[in-house]
Parts: sequence; structure tokens; C-alpha cells
Amino acid sequence: MKKLSLVLALVLCCSVFMVPCASAEEVVNVYNWYDYMDESVFEMFTAETGIKVNTMYFTTNEDMMVQVRVSPGAYDLVFPSDYCVERMISEGLIAEINMENVPNAKYTSEWLLNPDYDPENKYSVPFMWGTVGILYNTTMVDEPVDSWGILWDEKYAGNIFMMDSLRDTMGITLKYLGYSMNTRDPMQLKEATDLLIAQKPLVKAYGVDEIKDKMINNEAALAVMWSGDALYAMEGNENLAYAVPKEGSNIWVDPMVIPATAKNKENAEKLIDFLCRPEIARMNCEYIWYSSPNSGAIELMGEEYTENKTINPDADVVERCEWFHDIPDNFLTVYNALWSQVKNAK
Amino acid sequence: MMKFIKRFYLSLILFFLYVPIVVLIVQSFNAGKSRAKWEGFSFRWYQELFNDAAIMQALYVTVSIAVLAAIFATILGTLAAIGIHSMQKRPQSLMMTLTNIPMTMPDIVTGISLMLLFIFTKVERGYVTMLLAHITFDTPYVILSVLPKLKQMNKHSYEAALDLGATPMYALFHVILPEIMPGVITGAMLAFTLSLDDFTISYFTTSPLVQNLSTLIYSQARKGIKPTMNALSALMFVSLLALLLVVNKRSSSEGVKN
Amino acid sequence: MNNLQIPAWGVWAMLGGLGVFIGLLILYFKQNHGLKRPIFASPYTLWMIAFTVLPCILIGYYAFTDANGKFTLDNFKNFWDSNYDMNKELIAMGFNPEDMGFSRGTVNVDTLVYSLWMAFLCTVICLLLGYPTAHIMADREFKLGATLVILFVIPMWMNFLLRTIAWMSLLEDNGLINNLLEWLGIGRRQLMYNTEAVLLGMVYNYLPFMVFPIYNVLNKMDYKLSEAAMDLGCNKWKTFYKVTLPLSLPGVVSGITMVFMPAVTTFFIPRMLGGGNTEMFGDLIERTFLTANNWNVGSALSMIMMVLILLSLGLLRKVDPEGEGGGMV
Repeated sequence: MKKLSLVLALVLCCSVFMVPCASAEEVVNVYNWYDYMDESVFEMFTAETGIKVNTMYFTTNEDMMVQVRVSPGAYDLVFPSDYCVERMISEGLIAEINMENVPNAKYTSEWLLNPDYDPENKYSVPFMWGTVGILYNTTMVDEPVDSWGILWDEKYAGNIFMMDSLRDTMGITLKYLGYSMNTRDPMQLKEATDLLIAQKPLVKAYGVDEIKDKMINNEAALAVMWSGDALYAMEGNENLAYAVPKEGSNIWVDPMVIPATAKNKENAEKLIDFLCRPEIARMNCEYIWYSSPNSGAIELMGEEYTENKTINPDADVVERCEWFHDIPDNFLTVYNALWSQVKNAK
Repeated sequence: MMKFIKRFYLSLILFFLYVPIVVLIVQSFNAGKSRAKWEGFSFRWYQELFNDAAIMQALYVTVSIAVLAAIFATILGTLAAIGIHSMQKRPQSLMMTLTNIPMTMPDIVTGISLMLLFIFTKVERGYVTMLLAHITFDTPYVILSVLPKLKQMNKHSYEAALDLGATPMYALFHVILPEIMPGVITGAMLAFTLSLDDFTISYFTTSPLVQNLSTLIYSQARKGIKPTMNALSALMFVSLLALLLVVNKRSSSEGVKN
Repeated sequence: MNNLQIPAWGVWAMLGGLGVFIGLLILYFKQNHGLKRPIFASPYTLWMIAFTVLPCILIGYYAFTDANGKFTLDNFKNFWDSNYDMNKELIAMGFNPEDMGFSRGTVNVDTLVYSLWMAFLCTVICLLLGYPTAHIMADREFKLGATLVILFVIPMWMNFLLRTIAWMSLLEDNGLINNLLEWLGIGRRQLMYNTEAVLLGMVYNYLPFMVFPIYNVLNKMDYKLSEAAMDLGCNKWKTFYKVTLPLSLPGVVSGITMVFMPAVTTFFIPRMLGGGNTEMFGDLIERTFLTANNWNVGSALSMIMMVLILLSLGLLRKVDPEGEGGGMV
């Protein structure tokens, strides 16, 4: 008995002291989208600076913002989308970046400087940009895909994947109806909701990251998808193609920001600077297939980049796409209630 | 005939229970990454497993929390059971209600209420908070496995020990504890397994920086689980099975001795 | 109200303090014959107050207040009418929700009803599958009973998420079952992303919880009773119906409780096997907290869930007042 309790006590003490605690080593805690970074880049960063990179993942912008609010100090570098940056600035969730520590920010393409969400370029440095479109399987779809309307075509019942993301799905439906993605007219939102509810019987599943692999496995004919995920899927299955419908779509930027509560702000700035290096930005671009905001990287990639119409869309595609803006709280309530109806329609 | 039907039925049910597990284990030996296609036998994922820092870290968190939570919960719960058992009727039923609340509360409500508590008191969520949560949901199970043993015990043996000159402390350790030991061990094992398998409560009480296996699997689930995870669970499965066999063998040989 | 701040080391210190408290208690008990044993329950009581009672109070606090901390019943109105907050905002913006065709939103109530229905189906299927299983296992002629119990426990050691994901690789369009069907010449069909798949996942996960309590009761039952019934002229079925079944009811009740309660708040299974097409109440609560960021309504939903479960538990207690069915062990 005595021995047993002695052993127990020992185990107890040992395990208490083995608890992983914040050690003295330099770290930077990165909160990113799943599969949105060539992880070997982090290894290079650690080898160069000695700063260890911890990564954590989120699946939608909305989830990410809740986590940043309720876990102060947990994250040093976050990758929100444009409209969320706008909101996070207004809520005081993110800190100004000391641009002197980020000299490589000079490579940012000119058209992405001083954007609406961060007019003075104080809080954010663009990481990637892209569009939203339809990824389709050419063996299952015969007609040309040029309209969102194909997602409502009975022919493809049970063969459509939609995005489980409030702004994106509502946004493309609004576009299909000919409205703005940033509409403040509840009537238009209701129309979009009704349309999505009517589409429900045709939809196979709502999802986000898992869909690209399912498309590679020929599990459905059509899927709403971000351009980079679409390119990734096209690389895995030659029958897949991507189109941005004629009604227009969403164009977005995911910038890098530093939470106001970050514990390792300088390390985060070092990492941002590292990620803005043309050769590193190129590695990432070639790994995750999104469009690069880094003029240096684009130059390095040359024709391989500029000739690819998914990654480098023509001016008229960019022209018909629209940026998301932040929705104020009272209108967000409307959005959430309507989205809830869509998700639970039978 | 009847016997055959019965056996057949049981085998069907067991088949249903084991199919996914067999699939998991078979997949862990698949050379390729696909879940559906068999590309040859290999130990590739077992080799990769030990180089996967995220999984190893999560394994460490899972096991260390399960061990710590089981130890804390067993001490707390055994003491509480002894206390509750010797209470008057009224406080006893009050304590039993208190014990039953966390057991009947849905996991998701327990998880969320603890999350609210930690956010409200501004405790940074992570390893410690997950441990606290696990102790909280483990302890009632320990109490419930110890209490029946206390009830079965001869009421007078404790008093007899005192009459014979034992101190309460001596009587506690030499009369009560040996009697309830099976219950304590069951409780500890139960606490350990529950904590090992928990997902919902851990999900709400930890930060993404400290992940146990369940929350790690959850964060990877959308993208498709890597076969390394299957390899790990196959290994854990086999080692738990071995543990069970050893314990069983020991208890049965002890049974023979007695 | 929100100034209380406890750092992580503080929590460790509290844990240490509790340990010292327990140690002192035992030391004191060693020296003082007068100390009563009920005191032993005090560390646990403190623990439960801090980590069960307080969190429940917090849920209640959020459920009955609005974002500014003022008392309100709106969160419960939002449960009944999921459009309640939206319509309020619309009116504030100068629209008339009724003209726009926004009436009462039934999403939350529907989700609850759907979850209850799914949990009910799951419980019934588990009972239909589990009772015969337990009955066979407890059969005196059948000597493998104890081994079978272990065989039923073992699958539960595999991580519950992984087990569910394993079902995905069985049910997928290109999954094993579909490959088998194709090979048999039946042809592929869609097995996933529907209610049936969710139900399958639930039954799979909760079946052992039905088998154990019933087995426990049947195993402890005095077999002489049924032999006596046979001797008195009852046939097999009548014996089962008149003797075995009534005596096993406590186990059945306990099994129903252990399956139904977790089934109502199932979370994750609908998302994986159901493809996010319909939510269950657990998903709704999680989304309200972590995506919509509405703690007040989320707390109200949690509270409703809790009250419902306590009510059904009370009902079941009436059938099995002694709690004879016992737990899973």
C-alpha cells in the first residue's frame, strides 16, 4: 500500500512538472486557414531566425473572429479576410504593424495598396487574393458553365456541393439575382434565402475544406469554391475546370494581421516580412495555388503565373467581381437568422 | 436451431460494431493515402507517426491529462464517497443531486458552461483548464463506483476496529479502503477511459494551441484524416487490449489463489 | 463585474491549495477522534460549487440578460421565434417584417423537434437491437457472457471521431460498401449525406450503452423465477412476457436514459455523415456560440436543453425509483 501511494505521488509530481509550459524559446503563434501555407516555409523561417512557429487552424472567418475575441493572447499572426479586417480594426482587436520591421511589404502589388478595409495600410499586409467560382467536372457537365443558375438546374440534383460559409453562399446568390453582395436591403436578402431554400433538395452537402478532395474523387458535378482550392483540385483531376460566372462574383484578399493582444508581436512582424520575400511568396503561391499580391513573386514566376487564367484572371473577370464589406451588427442579426433558415430547411 | 439463431444474431451485432474498426486498422497499413483504394501493404504511416510532432504532442496531452485527471478524480471522489456515505439522509441526497447534475448534463452544455466560466474569470484556456474540466466530469463516476462498495460493506467492521483500539485513520486505511478498493479501481479506470475519449468538453475548454487527439482529429476531419492517425489509434487500441488481457489474467489468477 | 482575473499559475496554486487542504484534513482526522467523516466530502463539494454550480449560474445569467447585461426574456423568445431579433432590428431600420413575409421563424423549435425525433428513433433502434443481444448474453446456457461484455467495451476505446470517420470511408460514393454493391451488380447509390446515415452513426455509437444496463439486470436476475413460471405451466413466451420483461425494466429504463440523453445533443455526427444538410440541437448550440457569437441566445438554448433533460429524467425516475439499472459498469 505504502509503495503504491509512493509511486502514485511520484507519477503525480512528474506529470505536473512535465506539463508543457511556455518555455523561454522564441515562438510565434499563427492562426490560419487549413492548408493555406507551405509548411516547409515555416521550417525555413525557424532555421533562419530560431523562432518556433506554432500553427492553429480555423474554417470560417466568423469562427476565427469569435476565437480571437475570447482567447486574448493566444494568437500572434492571423489571416482574416478583407471584410473581417475592417471589423477587427473597428473593434480594436488588431494592432498597427510596425512597417519598419516589414521592409518586404514594398513588393505588394500597387492595386492592393490602401484598400477600403485598411485605408492607410497600417494594420495589414496582403497574403493572398482570389475569387469565388464554380468548380465543375467536365465529364458530368456538358453545357458551358457561365452562370450561377446552373446550381439551380434540376439535372444536377444530388450532384452539387455548396459552401458552408454565410457570406460566400449568400453573396453568390445575391449576385445571381443581380444584386450587390453588400446589399442592405432585407427584401433582397429574403429573396436570396428563398432561392437557397428552394435549392436545398438539389444540394449534396454543405462543406468547406473537405470539398476539394471530394471533387477530385468525382463525387459531384458542381461545387462552389475559392479559386485556389479549385486549382488544387484541378491539379489532382484533369476533368475539373473552374469558371467565374458572368453575373459576377466575390473577389477577396486575405491579409496578415497582428491581434492587439499578441504576445510576440515582433516575431510576428519578422514572419510577415519573411512571407513577403519574393522567393517565399512564390513557394506559397505554387503550393496553395491562390493569386499572389506580391509583385516580386509574380515576376519570379513569369509566364507560368500570368498565363494561368484561374490564378491571374482577365481584367473583365476582376471587373465584374465585387469586394465584401463588413456588415454592421444589426444587419448581421438578419443575416444569421436567414442563414439559420437555409441550413435547417428540409 | 434456436441456439444457432442466437449465435448468428450476436455475430451480426459484433460484426456491425467491429467493421469500422477493422477498416481503420486495415487503412493504417495501406501504402497509399486514399481511404478507398488499396495500394499495397506498408508500415509507412507507422514510421511517419513518430515523426509527426503535432500528433505526438496531442498524444502526450491526451495521456497526461487522462492520467492526471484520473488520479485527482479518484482521490477527490473516494474521499467524497466516504464522506457522503456517512452523512445524514438529507445532506446525502443533496450531495447525490449535486453528483448527478454533471452526469446528466449534456456534454455540450457542460463544455460551454465551463468555457463561459473560464472566459468570465479570464483564465487563459489551455492545458490547465482542460485538466480542470476533465477532473470535473470524471469525479462523479468515481463516486458512483465507490458508493455501492461502501454500501455492501459491513457497517460494524469500522466500529469494531475502533473498539479494538484502532485510530480512525488506521481504520480508514486498513478496514475501509481495502474493502472498497475494487470500486476505487473501477472508478479510476472509468475516469481514465472517459477522459481519454472525450471530445466535446475538451473542444470548448482548450485553446487551439493545446490539442488532445480528439480535438486534433476534429480540426483535421474536414480535410480528411491522414492515415498516421489511423496508425496511432491502431497502436493505442492494441496496447489497451493488451492491458486488458493482463489485468484480466492477473485478476483471474488471484481469484484462483483465493 | 468582469474584473476578476485569474492567471494560469493561480489555477495551479488553487489546485495545490486543495491538495494541502486534503492533506490537512487527513492529518487532522488522524489526531482528532471527534472529527466526523462527512467532512471528507468537503473538497469535492467545493470543487463542484466552483466547476458545476457556478458555470450553471453563468449560463442562467447569460440566458436572462441581453448584450448589455440587462435583464430580458428575449433570448427565450428567440428560441420560440428564431426571427424575433431579426424582426426587431428590421423594425428599428424602418421596415415592416410582416409586409416582407417574415412571420415566426420556426428554425430553433424545428431543430429541437428533429433532434428529439432522431434521438427517439435512435433509442428505439438501440432497444430493438440491444435487448435481444443482452438477453442472449445473459442466457445461462451461453457461457461467453463476460467475454462478450468485454467485446462490447473494446470498440469504445477507439476514438469516437475516428469511428465516425471510418463509417465515412464505408459509406462514401467511392467507399467500400458502394464498391461492393457495384461488384455485386446492384450499382452504386448515395448512402451518405442523409438522415439515415446520421441515424446509423448514432446507433453505432450508443448501442453499447443500451446493452450494458439490460445485461446487468438480466444477469443478476434470479433464474429460478423463470424456471418456476415454466413449472407452473407458462410457455417460453409467456414466461418472458410475464416474468423476465417486467423484471428487466429497470435496466431498460437506464439504457433508454443513457442512449436518449447523449443522442439528443449529438454533435459532429450530423456534420460528418449528414454533410451539414440538417443541424441537430447540439450543432445549433455550438454554432450560436462559436459562429454567430451570440452567447445570450446560446445560453438560453443550452438552458432549454438542460431543463428538457432534467424533466425526462424525472419521468424516468418514476419508473425506476431505485436506479437499479445501474450505470454502464
